[in-house]
Amino acid sequence: MKKAELMDYDKALELFEPVLGFEVHVELNTKTKMFCGCANEFGQGANTNTCPTCLGLPGGLPQVNAQAIESSIRLGLALGCEIAEYSRFARKNYFYPDTAKNFQTSQYDEPIAFNGQLTIELESGRLVTVDIERAHMEDDAGKLTHVGGATGRIQGADYSLVDYNRGGVPLVEIVTQMIEGGEADSPEIGRTYVAAIREIVKALGVSNARMEEGNVRCDANVSLRPRGSNVLGTRTETKNVNSLRSVERAVRYEIQRQAALLHAGGTITQETRHWHEDTGITSAGRPKSDADDYRYFPEPDLVPVAPSREWVEELRATLPEPPAARRKRLQADWGFANLEFQDVVNSDLLDAVEATIAAGAAAQAARKWWTGEVARLANVSGVSADSLVQPVQVAALIELVVAGTLTERLARQVLEGVINGEGTPLEVVESRGLAVVSDDGALIAAIDEALAAQPDVLAKIRDGKVQAAGAVIGAVMKAMRGQADAARVRELVLQRAGSTE
Amino acid sequence: MTDMIKLSAATLSGLLTDGSVSSVEVTQAHLDRIAAIDTGVHAFLHVSGEAALAAAARVDARRAAGEALGPLAGVPIAIKDVLATIDMPSTAGSKILEGWIPPYDATVVKRVRDAGLIPLGKTNMDEFAMGSSTEFSAYGPTHNPWDFDRIPGGSGGGSAAAVSSFEAPLALGSDTGGSIRQPAAVTGSVGVKPTYGGVSRYGSIALASSLDQVGPVTRTVLDAALLHDVIGGHDPLDSTSLTDAWPSMAAAARSGLADGALKGVRVGVVKELSGNGFQAGVAQRFTETLALLAAAGAEIVEVSAPNFEYAIAAYYLILPAEASSNLARFDSVRFGIRVNPEGGPLTSERVMAATRDAGFGPEVKRRIILGTYALSAGYYDAYYGSAQKVRTLIQRDFDAAFSKVDVLVSPSAPTTAFKFGEKMADPMAMYLNDVTTIPANLAGVPGMSLPMGLAPEDGLPVGLQIMAPAKMDARLYSFGAAVEALLEASWGHTLLSQAPELAPTEMYTNAVFTSTEGAV
Repeated sequence: MKKAELMDYDKALELFEPVLGFEVHVELNTKTKMFCGCANEFGQGANTNTCPTCLGLPGGLPQVNAQAIESSIRLGLALGCEIAEYSRFARKNYFYPDTAKNFQTSQYDEPIAFNGQLTIELESGRLVTVDIERAHMEDDAGKLTHVGGATGRIQGADYSLVDYNRGGVPLVEIVTQMIEGGEADSPEIGRTYVAAIREIVKALGVSNARMEEGNVRCDANVSLRPRGSNVLGTRTETKNVNSLRSVERAVRYEIQRQAALLHAGGTITQETRHWHEDTGITSAGRPKSDADDYRYFPEPDLVPVAPSREWVEELRATLPEPPAARRKRLQADWGFANLEFQDVVNSDLLDAVEATIAAGAAAQAARKWWTGEVARLANVSGVSADSLVQPVQVAALIELVVAGTLTERLARQVLEGVINGEGTPLEVVESRGLAVVSDDGALIAAIDEALAAQPDVLAKIRDGKVQAAGAVIGAVMKAMRGQADAARVRELVLQRAGSTE
Repeated sequence: MTDMIKLSAATLSGLLTDGSVSSVEVTQAHLDRIAAIDTGVHAFLHVSGEAALAAAARVDARRAAGEALGPLAGVPIAIKDVLATIDMPSTAGSKILEGWIPPYDATVVKRVRDAGLIPLGKTNMDEFAMGSSTEFSAYGPTHNPWDFDRIPGGSGGGSAAAVSSFEAPLALGSDTGGSIRQPAAVTGSVGVKPTYGGVSRYGSIALASSLDQVGPVTRTVLDAALLHDVIGGHDPLDSTSLTDAWPSMAAAARSGLADGALKGVRVGVVKELSGNGFQAGVAQRFTETLALLAAAGAEIVEVSAPNFEYAIAAYYLILPAEASSNLARFDSVRFGIRVNPEGGPLTSERVMAATRDAGFGPEVKRRIILGTYALSAGYYDAYYGSAQKVRTLIQRDFDAAFSKVDVLVSPSAPTTAFKFGEKMADPMAMYLNDVTTIPANLAGVPGMSLPMGLAPEDGLPVGLQIMAPAKMDARLYSFGAAVEALLEASWGHTLLSQAPELAPTEMYTNAVFTSTEGAV
């Protein structure tokens, strides 16, 4: 893929004002699909979770998933939206093999939630309020796999396989109003906005919120307008940007690409664009005009959704603390510096650290272990840190260190044991025999032996050259196979050297 | 018992229950009848003889074991090909579904099987229920048992011809704009379109979702009621299915036979559904029927439904719009035939287009194009939006009328059965044939057609349409059974007893009619 001409980012912002818009699709984690009783599960054998309805067989009819309606309302409320008293599904008609019915059952002019607001905080502390136009319900398409051809895309493929397991999975599509005034922060606004949505759906428990599995997918709209103009530029829609970092990169790339093109006298084509994670560029997809005609009309197979005000208020009462407020509270409670706290948030370890502290660990120790050794081991095995070990185990480990049973170095070995499934930290300590040797008698015997073996060192210590004790400490630690508290050994070495005087 | 095929389902029920006949005997008699005459009638697209006899034997065994069975257990039934059946092809009369056997039963089919009825096979219909004559079936038309040169009505001409030629005592139909009632009228049988939502649509291949309704096709009002009781009631698989508890339709039909059942019943005659445009013999039988009703103590009231004149226009916007979307799924990807385009690359888009071009007939294409156009941006409000407003106005006309009367009546169709080919060149003429039946679908109210005589000029059956307020299906049956008894008493026989005997040797030998491509 040829890399497009890019303009220097600062220069692009000098000449143009970026205008953004995001469509975030959230896959709900309901037990069954949006309009039928098939299991909503990731990673089953192809076309196993299907039935006449989600396969679009003749005679199949949809039934609305009540849990999906509830999740959508809660999500709408968490985004500060109004919940429609009367909401309808509509058919969005287009032919494509991954859409079993050749129409998507979506919502058009009567979405379940509308007019919301979400305030996000950038790393600089700048607060940006994103207006939410609507959050509507719809069903997901199946998954196409293009076989043959070099790119894995439909162009050049020999044939394509369709798996309808995902077809009919409930989605909520959250659409923002235009975001103006983002300026140089625009890419970060994209990342932070999507992160905030992800945090909210996770806190609500309405989605598994794993971007790598496509639970949260972002389409990023970017357009530029020349400084001093109030006419909107032509936008592009970069589809399915599926990591937070990619959202940021894709927005930045589009700003630089469009600026170069416009500055050279070119025009932007209104189109969808594909994001290429590996090369960090976007490429042209299909042209998309505002006149794309999906021939929407109210879905005649479904009755309107009219949630009672009482129910909406009941659901409002179930909303968790907003993630942004929770972060503020936790940072204050824990007394973390901004960088320390950001480290935890960016590593997606807020829940793990909170649970570890709740299990009795000191805040700083919890932070240090999770963002340090646990994160390192997780990185090595390519999994998320919070999937590696339970917070309660980390808390137990910290407790052993605090009690002096383990040194930091020993504790790291115990952690590996816990991760290997050898049991609780205490069980690993016992089975591996890793506890610190706190029997002074054994230490003194080893120290006396080491001092006797190195009379020159003993002499230096007695001359007041205390740093010479290092050699003896090293020998003792070696003799104890590391299972001694080095500080205690040092204390005892100095004591023995003095006492034999 | 050679006359077994002439018996009503209610009578057969009695004989089966008291052991006079077995279900295997009854089923075999109907299969024999089909074998003898269906080459000429062509009511069936598929006959499932072995499976029917096996099902009949199972019912007989259960009865022999002393099991308490429902009233229709062991009675054969024909099933319109629009309904999904797990053991028989379900083509909706279309080539695009040729040979397709669904992996599931429609809810009504399941209920029929659970009640011990014996499916004999699948009946012919206009492709995707688009038509009033079965001439648009991809598998050739069905012939009217009264006159093989004439249409049996449509779209459910197969089901109506099957019951009126004694190939089956019962059949299932579907009615989007008259597809149960108009065939009943022109074949001298009984057909009921229940209240929208009264019978599940799950597994009924959709034409227009907001108009379609499955219902009974029979020879008597009581039989229709018995079948209605089997198929009706809430189905969680159909979101538009009503959750109401329904009274027994059979009990309602029986109550209509009581003395004086018609006394004081307020019968509304819709001004807009009588008079001009109706065949003379149709109008005559209607007038005579009203006189009989009045003599029996009913109060005849003329009512006006001023918006009915817009019904056909609204219907032919709403139906094609919904159909264009419902029929989008026929794309060769998951089921049905697949046709590869000649020359050029085999893209999914081109394969879909080639399949739909080869698989759909001319009327289906016409309506898909109409519907696609009506839903297009810039036209939606003028067409689909206006049509929905008309629909509301028609519902109000019904509300106003039913505030004055208990039932509404009209001829079921403007004419008796017309000849093959007569309206094929003129879609508008074909559409206008539905003028009487369409308002009930637009408003969702129940409607029935029952025989009210033969037109003097051509000796062909004329149907009386009865309509009741939404959810008042029971009133159709009590009133309908009373009218049926009144008319038969005045004739001294049933109407179908006047139908020509179809001798087994009488084979239909005319050239097989094929629908003409491009008959626009």
